[in-house]
Amino acid sequence: MKTSLSYRIIRAVVLTGLAAFSLFPLYTLVTASLQPSDQVALGFRWIPSSISFQAYVDMWDTIHLLRYLINSTFVSLVATVIAMVFGLFAAYAISRHKFWGRRTVLYAVLITQTFPGVLFLLPLFVLYVSLQRALGITLVGGYTGLILTYLSFSLPFCIWLLTGYVSSVSRDPEEAAMTDGCGQISAFFRITLRMAAPGVLAVGVLTFIGCWSEVMFASVLTNEQTRTLPIGFELFKNGHGVVQWNQLMAAALTISVPVVVAFLWLQRFFVQGISAGSVK
Amino acid sequence: MAPAVLAIVLVQIVPIISAIVMSFLKLDQFSIADWMNAPSVGWAHYKVAIGSNNAISQALLYSFFVTVAYTVVVVAVSWALGMMAAVFLAEEIRGRRFLGSLYLLSFALPAFAAVMLWAFMFQPHGAVNAVFGSDLKLIPTDTFWLAGPKAFWAMCVNSIWRTWPFAFMMLLPAVQGIPAEQFEAARVDGASRWREFAWITMPSTRSVSLLIALLIAFWTFNDFTTPFLMFSTAAPTSADVLSLVIYRTSFVSLNFGLGSAMSMLMVAFLIGGSLLYVRALRLDFDEVTA
Repeated sequence: MKTSLSYRIIRAVVLTGLAAFSLFPLYTLVTASLQPSDQVALGFRWIPSSISFQAYVDMWDTIHLLRYLINSTFVSLVATVIAMVFGLFAAYAISRHKFWGRRTVLYAVLITQTFPGVLFLLPLFVLYVSLQRALGITLVGGYTGLILTYLSFSLPFCIWLLTGYVSSVSRDPEEAAMTDGCGQISAFFRITLRMAAPGVLAVGVLTFIGCWSEVMFASVLTNEQTRTLPIGFELFKNGHGVVQWNQLMAAALTISVPVVVAFLWLQRFFVQGISAGSVK
Repeated sequence: MAPAVLAIVLVQIVPIISAIVMSFLKLDQFSIADWMNAPSVGWAHYKVAIGSNNAISQALLYSFFVTVAYTVVVVAVSWALGMMAAVFLAEEIRGRRFLGSLYLLSFALPAFAAVMLWAFMFQPHGAVNAVFGSDLKLIPTDTFWLAGPKAFWAMCVNSIWRTWPFAFMMLLPAVQGIPAEQFEAARVDGASRWREFAWITMPSTRSVSLLIALLIAFWTFNDFTTPFLMFSTAAPTSADVLSLVIYRTSFVSLNFGLGSAMSMLMVAFLIGGSLLYVRALRLDFDEVTA
């Protein structure tokens, strides 16, 4: 295939430009985290004049980073597990039974996904405050309230993507198992789910990342004890007078690495899932 | 199915219906604990929100235009960057797998980490002023990005950086899926690269492009993370998007009824806008999956 020189130059310029746009902020992230705070305060330098890992040590003391890490992990994990369990049963029902309103349920799930989070936050907050007073349980500031709230976006997300994956798996092995005397639900979970396992795992990880990165609900529904990472990070900025940028960047890098690795590993399932999620 | 339907009703339908009811109530820090008995105000909140002669409605209208502009800029630029990367990386060139993964990094980073990173880079002594001011001399070295009209562009850049790889990731398989014979036939006819793109690539990827434009538009229109973590609740007017105004009305001014009414108007616009989009472009979701 012939490619003209001008075309190749344009291609190289565009691809390099995009790579620079992608990498430059990440370079800033890494170098800022490896400098002492007084040097970061002096401004950006291409090559840091000294390297120090102190920020990675100090960040655990400046804010209660470990506590926020545990809070985020706990809340995201519980919300993900609940959403996945309900999501799998819904995916089974929608893909295996032709019941009335099946399309309506799926479209309703899709449409509410597009609503702004604040639409859910306001009534949930007011309902939690009322329930707290009526029942004497803690919802605002507690884990339960936050987990329930996270289901408002993670559950529809799971139902939508899981239905897509399950529908795309061939039904023949499942039906063969049923003729061999396997029950309907058990055939679904033993055969089809095992075949769809990578996709199902991908949905789980993406749901977890969604909860992990959530800011708006957490900013209202947590207190000092239950604060999650994104809200805790703000304390690097306004908790100590001087902004501890090097520690903020060190902490951001630390919590990002597992998420980025998991995402890159699973991204091909993500692309399939968004296309396959549409109603067939 | 029953448990899932019940769960959906609990976490989605109940809040939405409650929000509708609350938009007609006088809900403040005093009445919130017993909202069932809060006094009704009728359509008063809606009248305040879309009235013509009060500061709240004028600020809300301005914020609406800011949100729309933010959405349009982010969708257009993200799509254009993603399309360029997809077209060039669909070809057999060296290092394409490596570049493909590299481009996805900024999308994979947790959103709050990315927003804080850009907030750091947009500081007066930050990396943006250092590179584009001191090194390239394109802007004054003391440009202040996080206040005034420039805050809008700082927010856009931040958002585009996180979003464009999504467009790329979705478009790459679509571009790769175009049969090579189509390009070969065009080349025999002497078509230029630009014509190939306009006549073959664009029509073949139309439905995917329309779908990702819609998804990115929803994310950006509803975006709260970016403005909130960049500016907290007191964003400069140029970056004061609807989500932030509603959040501030509710949780800073503690006027939950008015906040609910505003979020209803926001949803009404979202539904109307997306129906219009789907109709006007004859977007068929079954077509996307084919």
